[in-house]
Amino acid sequence: MNNWVVAPMLIPLFTAVILIFLHNKLKLQRWISLISALLNVCAAVFLLYQVQHNGIQTLNMSGWAPPYGIVLVADMFAVLLVLAASIVSSCCLLYSFRGIDEQRERHYFYSLVHFMLAGVSGSFLTGDLFNLFVCFELMLMSSYALIVLGGTKRQFRETLHYILINVLSSTLFVASIAYLYGATGTLNLAHLSMRIAESGQSGPITAVSALLLVVFSVKAGLFLFFWLPGSYGAPPAAISALFGALLTKVGMYALIRTFTLIFYHQAEVTHMLIGTMAIATIVLGGFGAVSQTNVNRILGYNVIASIGFISLALAVSNEDALTGAVFYLVHDMIVKALLFLLAGILVAETGTERINRMGGVLTHSPLLGWMFLIASLAVVGIPPLSGFPGKLLIIQGSLESGQYLIAAAGVLLTLMLLYSLIKIFILAFWGKPRRLRESKWKQTPKLLLSSAPLMLIIVLLGVFAEAFMPYVETASSVLIDPTIYIQAVFKE
Amino acid sequence: MEVIVAVIVGILFAVGIYLILTQDLLRIVLGTSLLTHAVHLLLMTMAMLKTGSAPLLGRGAEDIVDPLPQALILTSIVINFGITAFFLVLSYRAYQKLDTTDMERMRSESSRHRGRSQ
Repeated sequence: MNNWVVAPMLIPLFTAVILIFLHNKLKLQRWISLISALLNVCAAVFLLYQVQHNGIQTLNMSGWAPPYGIVLVADMFAVLLVLAASIVSSCCLLYSFRGIDEQRERHYFYSLVHFMLAGVSGSFLTGDLFNLFVCFELMLMSSYALIVLGGTKRQFRETLHYILINVLSSTLFVASIAYLYGATGTLNLAHLSMRIAESGQSGPITAVSALLLVVFSVKAGLFLFFWLPGSYGAPPAAISALFGALLTKVGMYALIRTFTLIFYHQAEVTHMLIGTMAIATIVLGGFGAVSQTNVNRILGYNVIASIGFISLALAVSNEDALTGAVFYLVHDMIVKALLFLLAGILVAETGTERINRMGGVLTHSPLLGWMFLIASLAVVGIPPLSGFPGKLLIIQGSLESGQYLIAAAGVLLTLMLLYSLIKIFILAFWGKPRRLRESKWKQTPKLLLSSAPLMLIIVLLGVFAEAFMPYVETASSVLIDPTIYIQAVFKE
Repeated sequence: MEVIVAVIVGILFAVGIYLILTQDLLRIVLGTSLLTHAVHLLLMTMAMLKTGSAPLLGRGAEDIVDPLPQALILTSIVINFGITAFFLVLSYRAYQKLDTTDMERMRSESSRHRGRSQ
């Protein structure tokens, strides 16, 4: 029992409620939300320290012992993702002080971000399937409001699609919860794992796992991603950075958690399916990224393609691949947020989203150009940066287990992403300077400063990967051996 | 009894999906709310209907009904109530802004808009 486990969920929740009452006092709102986000980072670091030294931390809500009550479980995987999410959200908040118009700030932007953050942290920390659904809904409800905030025609169109697809997948989620409860009589993740291990993963349970696969794939953008590029491009940069960094990763986390903890017995069916979907996602997402000329759409397809890449590791599911997946997931959250923020500055500088109408940005804001280049190289996985160790481990893991097709897909993806991002760099930053925005845009240095911490983390994470590795290995050891998780939940 | 409820769930699912596949925004919202009703019924049926008395202590009952699915359904109903309300308001605002509730016309307008901007 450790009450700190609930902190990353409680802090944003309370902040969000307080901010509702202060919606006219912009300065105060900004300060409170920034302080709360930083507090959240501290709480996550503290939790990380405890998990590394004392093992998995659990909290039985209201003192009801599992499997009867809801249990929160902070294992290393969850805590690393909570930490990454809180860092990303602090930087996005800092960015939005300058990058979001006052109208949005007045209309509960900060409360919504904090509600979303509570949902995201809750989804990472929960140890109960139904509670996962509730946290998903908390996160999605705030994301519906965030995506439509501002109310342009494009936002309305995209939000309608986004809500419809998510309501449908939530419905399927409840249906699969119903089937699982009917079949096993429990919804506690650890208890589910035990019961299914005892009785064997029969055909019906595998079918339910496929249903869950569909649900989480829609949320993560794995193969069922048709809604993603449009809706992530509609809101302003600070919001799409939060979406690109957090929302799809929560779906990915749920996929990895359920398919390593509960449904790992029929790997030749489920993991085969995941592998096929991952390769399809990589090919489609890669071609999408290459074919687009709109900056936000290119980045949207980049998000999809890297989700495909992480799913490759889940399909392989050996030690190296899962370690790589944890590392890559943390890296991907940070680097995708950075890319979206930088693209937001780029769009504000040039006044257009189309890269073939940009040009010569490097002459008047060189720093933006070089940061964008470094971020792109990190996505691709050039050695001193943070993308490399994760990619290496995933490809190494797939070669070890003889899945050459998967390794080939991973390498293919790298080339496609490199092409799509360098295309932005060449067209937008090189060449003759084109028309700039009429009113001179002066926010660039401040916005760059707020995305600098993410940049720093990418470099440090890559250079000091060796120091970061013990944490990642602790995380992946739980994914490989579900009994560690089960024992931690039932120890008291 | 379970069989009858299962048939009802199937009918609700079919009607909900039919409504979602139509082009009118209002029908789509109604479709999603029918689908969630279907799923709630499913959740209740999966835990077996009425197998004993109410789950209270001191009644001396042999069999009691599993109370958990009902708690789950209640939570889910509240969530879906919120989402349906939001969806309806959003549809109304979208109608005000885009002057149509027809999904097909919204899309054709957007492609026309995109064509102009290119």
